[in-house]
Amino acid sequence: MKHQQEYRDPGSVRALLASLRPRVSRRWRIMEVCGGQTHGLLKHGIGAALKEEVELVHGPGCPVCVTPVEIIDQAVQAALLPGVVLTTFGDMLRVPGNQGTLSQARTQGGSVRTVYSPIDAVAHAAAHPEVEVVFLAVGFETTAPASALALLQADRLQLKNFSLLTSHVRVLPAMRVLLEQNASGIDAFLAAGHVCTITGYEEYRELAQAFRKPIAITGFEPLDLLRGLRACLELLEQGDIDVVNCYARSARPEGNESARALLHQVFQVADTPWRGMGVLPAGGYALREEWRSFDARLRLDLGETSPTRDCSACRSVEVLQGLIKPTECAAFGKECQPDHPLGAPMVSSEGACAAYYHYHEVPAMSASGQAVLSWEST
Amino acid sequence: MSALPGCPLPVPEGEQTVCLAHGEGGLLTRRLIRDRIQRVLSNPVLDQLADANQIELGSPRLFCTTDTFVVSPQFFPGGDIGSLAVYGTVNDLLVSGAVPVCLSLGLILEEGLPLTELDRILASIQSACQECCIYVATGDTKVVPRGQCDRIYINTTGLGRPRDTMPPGPNALRPGDVLLLTGNIAQHGIAILAERENLGLTPGPRSDSKSLAGEVACLLPWFSAVRALRDPTRGGVAAVCQEWAEASRCTLSLDETCLPVSPEARAVCELLGLDPLHIAGEGNMLLGVDSAVAEQIAAALRGAGYTEAAIIGKVRPRDLVPVTVVTSLGHERPLVEPLGAPLPRIC
Repeated sequence: MKHQQEYRDPGSVRALLASLRPRVSRRWRIMEVCGGQTHGLLKHGIGAALKEEVELVHGPGCPVCVTPVEIIDQAVQAALLPGVVLTTFGDMLRVPGNQGTLSQARTQGGSVRTVYSPIDAVAHAAAHPEVEVVFLAVGFETTAPASALALLQADRLQLKNFSLLTSHVRVLPAMRVLLEQNASGIDAFLAAGHVCTITGYEEYRELAQAFRKPIAITGFEPLDLLRGLRACLELLEQGDIDVVNCYARSARPEGNESARALLHQVFQVADTPWRGMGVLPAGGYALREEWRSFDARLRLDLGETSPTRDCSACRSVEVLQGLIKPTECAAFGKECQPDHPLGAPMVSSEGACAAYYHYHEVPAMSASGQAVLSWEST
Repeated sequence: MSALPGCPLPVPEGEQTVCLAHGEGGLLTRRLIRDRIQRVLSNPVLDQLADANQIELGSPRLFCTTDTFVVSPQFFPGGDIGSLAVYGTVNDLLVSGAVPVCLSLGLILEEGLPLTELDRILASIQSACQECCIYVATGDTKVVPRGQCDRIYINTTGLGRPRDTMPPGPNALRPGDVLLLTGNIAQHGIAILAERENLGLTPGPRSDSKSLAGEVACLLPWFSAVRALRDPTRGGVAAVCQEWAEASRCTLSLDETCLPVSPEARAVCELLGLDPLHIAGEGNMLLGVDSAVAEQIAAALRGAGYTEAAIIGKVRPRDLVPVTVVTSLGHERPLVEPLGAPLPRIC
């Protein structure tokens, strides 16, 4: 709470905004990697305040959004099996798969429980030995250590009724792919501070130099985000390349060694599918061989799912790669709204489409006549 | 050999839990009603014990409202399902401009509910009724087999008589009017969430569940300047504002920096990625008032002990977005209604 007030102080934010503007000679394209940053930038109006200086390109860092449809389908399949309780974070319940959402699976008699931590799923398994508890483990390097910890705890408790359906992904390979393609013309990155808190950021230096793009590591509060933008803009204006840590209160160059050790103990880096981006080399984590007995896919024989149905109206694949803004999708705010989403970015509290739906600047909307008339309750 | 499922076995004296026989209409039902329910809630109307009891309302017109309470857990910091079932219905009458008179009480009990727990809830109902100067006029009790409800569900139907003057309602809101809250928002929903999910906070947030009679009494001298009043329960302030915007054909604009939110509720919202404007309260009111007296009303409320009372926004001619929030940085964003259960963030 102290941090929240300290890093949201309106006076400091306005002063920083004012000091930034005169230093910028052109409009730069900066990608914020993480969906939490997207929400922070839009919610606090930073994108709107700096629209002459910066074009924000929204990155793929929304864990719900990049979870492949096939994983959702396997989760639905698991939830509908008798004697299985599927546990996961609340955001996953409404993500559409080929066979509907987990929320719909629940109405069909499937057993789905929302948890705030995978440790809660382990506790449920310990208290209910008569059911198989599956934890749908999604997210970046930030949530993967907690999944690892849950598995180790289940192992220590000798639980035979706990397993993981994993789809953990790694940020850096996705940033590399985006730069290799660079279809969205990114000039610099705001890297996710909480991911770097776990992984450290030594590897980012190589990426920055290889692609000649500055990277600023930031948090999620207005002052964090503005300091990151300032660092990027200064480097861009000077023509310098560097990795700047603007989240030093949490992120260290070497990361969090005990969290990394946990990750290493349970997971190995593996080529991993990302929704909208295909299989990314070294793009995620798979359970190590010795922990295969905790793999829900094997335990429950979760089969191949039917091919992904293409929703032609939804352009979330392009949104996830920063190729278009959510408002450029014809379905945004019309067929696609939070209560009937066509794509995952409209579902998740980290998704770019949801961020636009909730936080897009009111005068800008009116002026541009964007497709947001469905907000009208008439 | 075990008994057949659902078989209402005779229950020995001294049994400590609710059983199916308590709802079968026989001796145990009569004992339950006479020795536990009527004993606690006794009043001349209820004591008629007729199929339909006669009541005196003192008005040819009456207000009628009903609400069903299924809260889990049944006991939470700051209240329980019993007092909540009284305050919730009383508040619906109060914000509609009625003087609450009496309630009906429908109890659905789960087989196996400890009778001590039922006693605690009944005592809480009676205590809340006394505080609100109302009585339980009639009641009903059903018992369902274990697993078919979560311990206890309560339905209350409230009757009230109209006040002499009443606010006209949200369709009377007009541009220039001011929005005002009488107390902290989101307190009840956050307390329930923290308790249900075992968030382990110290101090944990407490529900604000209470009667709004004091606030209404404080507002009575100003009623001619009050356009609308509502208690923002499910859906929070955001849902009420959407309804008011629709009814008035105006845009409602809230100032985020003025919203009264307790530090502990704010902390839980930050932790779980929730917007306090979407979270239920059970002890505050949103008012739409004439701007000429808004400051005086806020001062009167604060002077009466409602120290968190605050002016939080204004009404303006309708534009593209029905409800907006102006952030501390001066950024105006739309406020959309919550979908349903708020979802926590995951990274």
